[in-house]
Amino acid sequence: MKKIFERPQALTDKPMHYCPGCTHGIIHRLVAQAIDQLGVRTRTIGVGPVGCAVFAYEYFNCDMIQAAHGRAPAVATGVKRVHPDRVVFTYQGDGDLAAIGMAETVHAAARGEKFTTIFVNNAIYGMTGGQMAPTTLVGQKTTTTPYGRDAEETGEPIKVSELLSTIDRAVYVARVSVHNPRHVIQAGRAIRKAFEFQLRGLGFTMVEVLSTCPTNWGLSPLEALGWLEEKMLPVFPLGEFRKPAEEEAV
Amino acid sequence: MRGNEAFGEGALRAGCRYTFAYPITPQSEIVHFLARRLPEAGGVFLQVESEVAAVNMVFGAAAAGARVVTSSSSPGMSLMQEGLSYLAGARLPCVIVNVMRGGPGLGNIAPAQGDYLQAVKGGGHGDYRLIVLAPSSVPEIIELMELAFELADTYRSPVLVLGDGVLGQMMEPVTVPEGDSPSEGDSPLGAQRGQSPLVSPLVSPSKPWAVTGQGDRPERNIISSLHIVPEDNERFNRELEQVQMEIRRREQRVEEYRVDDAELVLVAFGTVARVAKAVVDRARAGGLRVGLIRPITLWPFPDETVSRAAARTESFLVVEMNLGQMVEDVRLAVNGQKPVHFYGRPGGTVPTVREVWNEVRRIREVSGGEEDLRTAAGPNG
Repeated sequence: MKKIFERPQALTDKPMHYCPGCTHGIIHRLVAQAIDQLGVRTRTIGVGPVGCAVFAYEYFNCDMIQAAHGRAPAVATGVKRVHPDRVVFTYQGDGDLAAIGMAETVHAAARGEKFTTIFVNNAIYGMTGGQMAPTTLVGQKTTTTPYGRDAEETGEPIKVSELLSTIDRAVYVARVSVHNPRHVIQAGRAIRKAFEFQLRGLGFTMVEVLSTCPTNWGLSPLEALGWLEEKMLPVFPLGEFRKPAEEEAV
Repeated sequence: MRGNEAFGEGALRAGCRYTFAYPITPQSEIVHFLARRLPEAGGVFLQVESEVAAVNMVFGAAAAGARVVTSSSSPGMSLMQEGLSYLAGARLPCVIVNVMRGGPGLGNIAPAQGDYLQAVKGGGHGDYRLIVLAPSSVPEIIELMELAFELADTYRSPVLVLGDGVLGQMMEPVTVPEGDSPSEGDSPLGAQRGQSPLVSPLVSPSKPWAVTGQGDRPERNIISSLHIVPEDNERFNRELEQVQMEIRRREQRVEEYRVDDAELVLVAFGTVARVAKAVVDRARAGGLRVGLIRPITLWPFPDETVSRAAARTESFLVVEMNLGQMVEDVRLAVNGQKPVHFYGRPGGTVPTVREVWNEVRRIREVSGGEEDLRTAAGPNG
């Protein structure tokens, strides 16, 4: 019988710890698939975050580093400068990347560090118990915004893709989502592109992936997908915010 | 050569080809030196956005198997403590230079030794110690930088080299052998010298744990300091303890100067040890039997030497550029056998020969001697 679907080689067979309905698993798979498709697993080095994806090193079947909170872009810079011919990626959540690690992210992009950042945005702190993130929507209830996020008090969500798209050496910046199969396929395509541009040594590449947190949003997995589509998409529009010049021409 | 340049020269001679740096006075010449020399040597110099980023880039480069260095001064070192704890937790070899200045807070840019406790007792969170080396002359800076990389690789530990503003800024003659130092050929990146930094460097076979891409290795490598199960974390801490006991046993380094028959033993490190040495010579010239113990490793602290001296001498005088930090370790080593006195000046001031001499006379209950002192003090007095 012909095998038409299998686990990517770039994923281990370790069962993931993520909550039911969380889309980290899908995003892991998309990253692994891109690594497989490009045939670079044995020369890939991944850098994981602190937060829900802290065990990324148990799931990605390649050499891995577990970095301090927010510092994955700095760690990846060190790795890539020593091994310029390896494929390096960071996998980070919104608290990790957009709060404590914002400086490291912006400056890695400004230097045009030739690695790929996978930025998982679910508008909340997951691991620490559902607190407000820099990406939390105005009005969204979290454990630290029990009355809903008040923009007067705590500001508005940071749009990381738009922000990074002002940086010249961020050669590929895209925001995708995984709330339905069509968008999962598009997300996979964007992630693969980011890795391809890295392989060509063009500069910093980042894919922001809108993701769900049914547990901390207090929704069922299905409701969470709906909430993402209905509430997050208007604030975080999808698209390729930056791409290399030849892509623009196509 | 200037002290700060010697930190850079020592790193180069040890085969280090990577630095990630953020400038701060009084150590910026290290950064200037490496910015010029590393690219020439086929290495990578990167000025980055913060000390936090710098130390985490060191984490990445060390994880990737390279010999890597960064340097800072006191306020910058405080920012690096997060990274130091992670480096210790991930057991990554690297070298960090702290050219200390006055504190706390912004303090000033004058030489001080106020970071002793932070350096030797941890500084970052968790149960760890770093190897801490304290040079007291420019030639010794080069020597200890080379040693620092060897120790780092041997024990898979970050090594801190602790200087101060005087040491960083002073100029002394230095003789270095022509060509590569012996350690360079053995270093992971020795073979890469002169090649383009875009060529992936060789990684030493002695670092089979390094994260380089799995390649043909049967198992992938993971660098992590996370042990979520408490018993696992305890086991890791116990392993680290074993390594640290081995370091304590094997790596205590110290200079003893006229200690054998001394009735009073001065204990001082770094710049102040030079002042103390001048005091010893003056005291001897005046018939006072004074000696000096100069710890070269601040951790592991040379407690065996101090303890041995305690059996023979009558008292100790610890002299520091702070309000009393190393004195705690001296007291632990002396363990109540003899009185331990302290003289220190904090905040960026350097004790003078005259001041220390006065302390020595007070402790030894010697009166007069002003004439002596004038000769003794020299330019420092």
